[in-house]
Amino acid sequence: MLWACLLLPQLALDGVLRRRADDSPLVLVDGPANARSIVAANASARAAGLYLGQRLTAAQALLAQFEVMSYDPAEVERWQQFLAGVAYRYSSQVALLPHAIVLEISKSQSLFGAWGKMAASLRQDFAELGFRHRMAAAPTPYGAYVLAGVGDGLAVFTQDALRRALDDVPLPQSRLPAHAVDALPRMGVRRLGPLLRMPRDGLQRRFGAELLQAMDRLTGEHPAGLDLYLPPDAVDWRIELSHEVENIAALVFPLKRMMSDLAAYLAGRDGGVQRFLLRLEQRDGTATEVPVGMLAPERGAEVLFEAARGRLERVQLSAPVLALRLVADDLPGFVPAGRDLFDERPANALSFEQLRERLRARLGDAAVYRLGTTIDPRPEHSQRIATQNDSFIEPRPRPTWLLQRPLPWRGPMHVLAGPERMETGWWDGDTVRRDYYVVENAQGQRAWVFCAAGEQCGWMLHGWFA
Amino acid sequence: MGAVVALSNLLDARQVWRGRAAPLPEGEQPTGWPALDAALPTRGWPDAALTEILLPADGIGELQLLLPTLARLTQGQRPVLLIAPPYAPCAMGWRQHGVNLQQLEIVDADAKQMLWAAEQCLRSGSCAAVLAWPQQADDRSLRRLQVAADAGRALAFVFRDRKHLANASPASLRLELSVAPHTLIHIRKCRGGNAPAQAIALERDSVLPGTGRHASLVQAVHQRMHDTAGAGLCGIPLQKNAAS
Repeated sequence: MLWACLLLPQLALDGVLRRRADDSPLVLVDGPANARSIVAANASARAAGLYLGQRLTAAQALLAQFEVMSYDPAEVERWQQFLAGVAYRYSSQVALLPHAIVLEISKSQSLFGAWGKMAASLRQDFAELGFRHRMAAAPTPYGAYVLAGVGDGLAVFTQDALRRALDDVPLPQSRLPAHAVDALPRMGVRRLGPLLRMPRDGLQRRFGAELLQAMDRLTGEHPAGLDLYLPPDAVDWRIELSHEVENIAALVFPLKRMMSDLAAYLAGRDGGVQRFLLRLEQRDGTATEVPVGMLAPERGAEVLFEAARGRLERVQLSAPVLALRLVADDLPGFVPAGRDLFDERPANALSFEQLRERLRARLGDAAVYRLGTTIDPRPEHSQRIATQNDSFIEPRPRPTWLLQRPLPWRGPMHVLAGPERMETGWWDGDTVRRDYYVVENAQGQRAWVFCAAGEQCGWMLHGWFA
Repeated sequence: MGAVVALSNLLDARQVWRGRAAPLPEGEQPTGWPALDAALPTRGWPDAALTEILLPADGIGELQLLLPTLARLTQGQRPVLLIAPPYAPCAMGWRQHGVNLQQLEIVDADAKQMLWAAEQCLRSGSCAAVLAWPQQADDRSLRRLQVAADAGRALAFVFRDRKHLANASPASLRLELSVAPHTLIHIRKCRGGNAPAQAIALERDSVLPGTGRHASLVQAVHQRMHDTAGAGLCGIPLQKNAAS
């Protein structure tokens, strides 16, 4: 067994910062309404002299302009769940610990490479999503959790090495029960090593079985007993915007983040999404729903963003938007499109599927289509939007342009071919009795015209031989 | 005062550098019309460039000019896109000319969006050719299409009214179609060479399918229509094709 631990030291702050485009001072505050204090501050706020634990009133005296948001434990949990979904890509055994994610990687190494390579790839994923993290690997999940708290990038692969690494860990960082961590230094035990070597029965008498269990889980004597994370089958995410947004363009940045999150989540469960719903929650209590549908399941961040953005840009807002919500109930499997090994297309090329989604997003869902033929000879019914192919070739002349509705034809002309009698459609009430001719007029325009069967007047234009 | 130096001496001494345009690749995109290929400096459509086709009216053979090319391109991997065509394409008519309808995508767009759509398609690099019918297109938007066609290595064809001939165009190739009384192709501008003065005839008679192989299926009637003008118009006898 080998467990990796990703420690997320400022989950709440990262969750807020990643949806802001600028770097203006921002703090998260918590506590009772009359004594709010800072629990997290971004870099520019810290540079201005704000620090953790400072009273909000003191901070306001120090800095005139900064943004205050309240710390939301539910939000933190949501982000942790999301990141577990991202880590799920690397292992089927992912578990959540306070401010950390642990995952079992001994079997994943054959797929993702040895620890060094896999760590780099994990780091890249988390950094791209905008979450600060510290990482460690150890044979037990709690061991990795403790090591990640001590230093970034520590990795031990055997029980002996783990014990040696734990030897020097100061007790406050040992994540053991708090009452023991408080009491032990007063007994002269300041590091984990001496504690692990102390007689167990004495410890049990003094601190109860809880401490011994925690120590055993740390060293692997006792199974960790973690509840493993299971990715949910539906996505329902909500972003509360920090300002009221009246302009769709201002939603682009949070939308982009949301779509890259969705892409990361989908990659984690190796699935795709074909249709999802964006709900813009507005100040007047109403919500504008923007359904986004694609022709095939997709999971690329760019594709999802383009599809959502194109549809969002056509929305007229009736009131300012307070929050953005993403609902995707159906997450089908994703089959990546095959590509040529020796692709000759330019480097910046889009695949045609991406192009089609882009066009549909802006021009409407029905704007891009192919035509196919039917077996009905009536020109009005002879073609439809189709995807499958048919190889029948009509032996009689057919134009290249077809008018949706025949128009009266006037003026001199001479016949090139015809008549072609078309007398059909009695079965569905749309009876056609016509003689079709190919004609040409003095301007050289070649047309497909018809008249009532047997007659030679009342010409109607139905197509062009362009 | 400088002495008079013969130009040939300067050139022989290699003191003057003479710039020459790089030769254009030839024959990569044949038009399917041997006479037109022979007249064009690239021996075919200019590859990855914009071609502008100017028309006096619809239905004079403008698609026929392109159909051999489209039939060839739709057999390949990359699709051909029609952006905002003026009429619905008749699927059977296109198939009769050998176009694979599976690789022919039609994009409906209004006048404002169509240039955007055409540029996106050309730039994407995933289309073999893009045919567009812009309602209003100025020099700048055509230049954008030309650049996009170059970036995406695609053929771009723009159909416009003949009245735009007087305006300059950034297109690599400008063709004008006229009818007098048969359809003629005039090359008005072509990159890589001087435009030939001679017009090229577009043979339209051989194109009516069914008049050859399947002549027996078509009751070809050489018929004189009663018409308002009553001028002595005579039809073209179809037996000519049936014999071939």
